[in-house]
Amino acid sequence: MQIIFFLLAATALISGIMVVIQVNPVRSALFLVLNFFALAAIYLLANAQFIAAIQIIVYAGAIMVLFLFVIMLLNLRQPEEGGAHRHLGQKIFGSSLATAVIALVIYKVFRMIVPPGKPLTPDFGSTEMVAKSLFTDYLLPFEMTSILLLVAVVGAVILARSKVE
Amino acid sequence: MLIDYLPILVYFVIALGVAVGMVALSEAVGKKTHSTVKDLPYECGMVPVGDARSRYSVKFFVIAMFFLVFDIEAIFLYPWAVVFKQLGLFGLIEMAIFIIVLAVGLAYVWGKGALQWE
Repeated sequence: MQIIFFLLAATALISGIMVVIQVNPVRSALFLVLNFFALAAIYLLANAQFIAAIQIIVYAGAIMVLFLFVIMLLNLRQPEEGGAHRHLGQKIFGSSLATAVIALVIYKVFRMIVPPGKPLTPDFGSTEMVAKSLFTDYLLPFEMTSILLLVAVVGAVILARSKVE
Repeated sequence: MLIDYLPILVYFVIALGVAVGMVALSEAVGKKTHSTVKDLPYECGMVPVGDARSRYSVKFFVIAMFFLVFDIEAIFLYPWAVVFKQLGLFGLIEMAIFIIVLAVGLAYVWGKGALQWE
């Protein structure tokens, strides 16, 4: 059980690093797919089947399609040679910011005192349990989601419009 | 239990094996001939025009965006279907509101002609 988790975590980390360091954006996108699959399997390990299914259907499916279209839209030519040092300032700033965030998270996690909770029921995280709380306790956020999606649709239409004209 | 997902893992392994196997086998067994014409990129039998990295229309992005939005809508139907009988009429009404709001979005997109390719 533990060994499976560490294998998946290593896959997720390595593929995540590969997403960042790849020069070719399409290869980055493919490593991102691998990362999504590893995360989905970790969700399964954590007994969250519904989230795992969403991870595959929405992220590895729809969002990857969107990413690929954006990559094609950006009209990326062959990566130019010697471009690695052009954005050195950005790289230094970005990596120091990321390090600071990670350090903060690690610090907070180790400082955190978690009170012992009651053990989870075996069906915790199953689609049925998620559905029960989603459609009763979290009814308002659920209905708000539809408004959010409506905004996204209208926004996409308007953005594309202004670009064409 | 995690062991329940073993068939899915087996399925993944077989799918990966078929994909890798086809490329590897054709590389190992296939006969390779090179000539100027044969090494051209394949473009439906005609002489290639330009390179493959031409700029795509923004319409693809818009269609992908719509797909994403309505995919998320469909995602919410799965857990709803699982507990539909327990929720009864209440569940039907809340899902009806959800779908009507998104149907307004669909009507907007349709009315604006964004689904037209032209």
